[in-house]
Amino acid sequence: MNVADGAERRTLRFAGRLDADGAARIWDNAMRAARQTGRNRTLSLDLADVAYCDLSGTALLLTAEAAHAGRTVTVGASEELQALLDRARATSPRKPAPYAGNQLPGADPLGLLRAGLRSAANGAAFIGEALIALWRVPERRRMLQPVEVMRFADQAGVRSVPLLLLLGTLIGLILAFQSAVPMRRFGADLYVVNLVSISLLRELGALLAAVILAGRTGSAFAAEIGTMKVNEEIDALTVMGLDPMTMLVLPRMMAAMLVMPAMTLLLDIAGLAGMTVVMMAFGFPLVAVVTQIGRAVHVGDLVQGLVKSVAFGAAIGAIGCREGLGTGAGPRAVGLAATGAVVGGIVSTILLDGLFAIIIYRLGF
Amino acid sequence: MSASPPIIDVAGATQRFGTRTIFRDVSFSVRRGEVFVILGGSGCGKSTLMKQLIGLLPPTAGRITIGGDAITEESGAAERDRALRGMGVMFQSGALFGSMTLLENVMLPLQMFTPLPPEARVAVARVKLGLVGLADAAALMPSEISGGMAKRAGIARAMALDPPLLFLDEPSAGLDPITSAGLDQLILDLRRDLGATFVIVTHELGSILAIADRCIMLDRHAYGDEGGIIAEGDPRRLRDESTNPIVRAFFRRQVPQTAEAA
Repeated sequence: MNVADGAERRTLRFAGRLDADGAARIWDNAMRAARQTGRNRTLSLDLADVAYCDLSGTALLLTAEAAHAGRTVTVGASEELQALLDRARATSPRKPAPYAGNQLPGADPLGLLRAGLRSAANGAAFIGEALIALWRVPERRRMLQPVEVMRFADQAGVRSVPLLLLLGTLIGLILAFQSAVPMRRFGADLYVVNLVSISLLRELGALLAAVILAGRTGSAFAAEIGTMKVNEEIDALTVMGLDPMTMLVLPRMMAAMLVMPAMTLLLDIAGLAGMTVVMMAFGFPLVAVVTQIGRAVHVGDLVQGLVKSVAFGAAIGAIGCREGLGTGAGPRAVGLAATGAVVGGIVSTILLDGLFAIIIYRLGF
Repeated sequence: MSASPPIIDVAGATQRFGTRTIFRDVSFSVRRGEVFVILGGSGCGKSTLMKQLIGLLPPTAGRITIGGDAITEESGAAERDRALRGMGVMFQSGALFGSMTLLENVMLPLQMFTPLPPEARVAVARVKLGLVGLADAAALMPSEISGGMAKRAGIARAMALDPPLLFLDEPSAGLDPITSAGLDQLILDLRRDLGATFVIVTHELGSILAIADRCIMLDRHAYGDEGGIIAEGDPRRLRDESTNPIVRAFFRRQVPQTAEAA
């Protein structure tokens, strides 16, 4: 491109190929030349030597026109190029809104707090809706398919057995080992059995099972229902007179509540087995360890953990489904729903656990 | 135009899934600057053939060259990349990236493959959105626009790098007649102004007759249980002169008189 200056006009003479590469080379120079032409001079775009011009070249010419404040003429354009320029000019916005670029959102602590409160309120409303759906199940029996419940139970529970066994054993091993080393200095290493079995049965078994359920199943519920929402499947159910709450939410919540005690029990057993391995490695005979377990824990400890786990399952299932049903539009929304399900599931589990601790203490178990 | 070498050359393309043959021995070529339509009833393998042409699905057998570069198995990666860079594809639903605005969708290929400075990318993307009639929708997200707009935005993104060859999958399916006619006009305008070649997969009769220079017609039962080409040529002549019962039925919107394809 070269620039020829006259008293009343400045000519930008373009040559060669005006494609993306060609336009990129001269873009900044052309814009500067156009801007500096001055309002009372005519900007003339000479295209006689242009061998090829595509839409990138067209954008270059139109942007140069827009950058110049005064009159612009194009000369020497071939018929096709002139037609293309005219059509592109006619369809481009006169005053486009400035493009701000792809920016990260700013920090907004108040907004976060508001979102938290809103999601707590929505959660309460959702539990209400679920209870109403449960109340109405007798009149909507066909919508609640037992086979669906079993399918979700299989997905959430049976398929997580290897993971439960592995994590349970490892947690038992680690807990026993970490507490045995310091307790040994006081000669109290047999009481590691009391420590580990009470904490496993009362707390850790149910908590760990809840974390696994939230990670494996809560997120899956949210993604599955969220994708259904994005594909308008939920709307289709509603229009057919089928209640999504009864069809989609209740079977998932029931399955989660059904499998949680079993998952917890498995984790407990695996954890105790892991602990036993460590104790035997420290030189205690199997009989001593088993007897000590029997002395340390009561059926109440086990029942306490199992009862809590049912509540955890209900919370995780409900939150997963709620996040799914609340999915916005687009693929990113499905990801956000899955994240919300895991975070919400774990947070609510720990809050519930705290609540249970107070209740059980008050009841005097 | 007819003297220049074909931009697409397909020789004996075949697709089998297991024991099922979707189509076999599909051979045709597309000339530069032509609007070429692949048509046929539902399930005849139109979209499968297009997937082969754009390099997403290697054919079970056969050879496909785009602009002289083979995209089938015998080609090297460099040759394949060159062939793929020379084409733009509009997918049936638009396939816009949901996390970006329309402007960013069109800018993405520009940012990745051209040396244009940032403000130039914005200007180029705006011109392309303007040409498809979306100048005022540049800042919208894909979830905020209608199906017809999504298709037009898909065309704008396919044109982002000004490829000489554009593939459109069902551009007018699911659109009202006015929007659909507007899209046909857009295709003709772009062909005239840019000299681009279009390969369009469709079964919309009106659109085929309005824009196609030539077409091939696929049928599921071209060879008994195996699919393939049953007709090739100018769609207006096929409509008036074909003796094939399936072709005649297609253009007359009738149920075929004979169950067997010729």
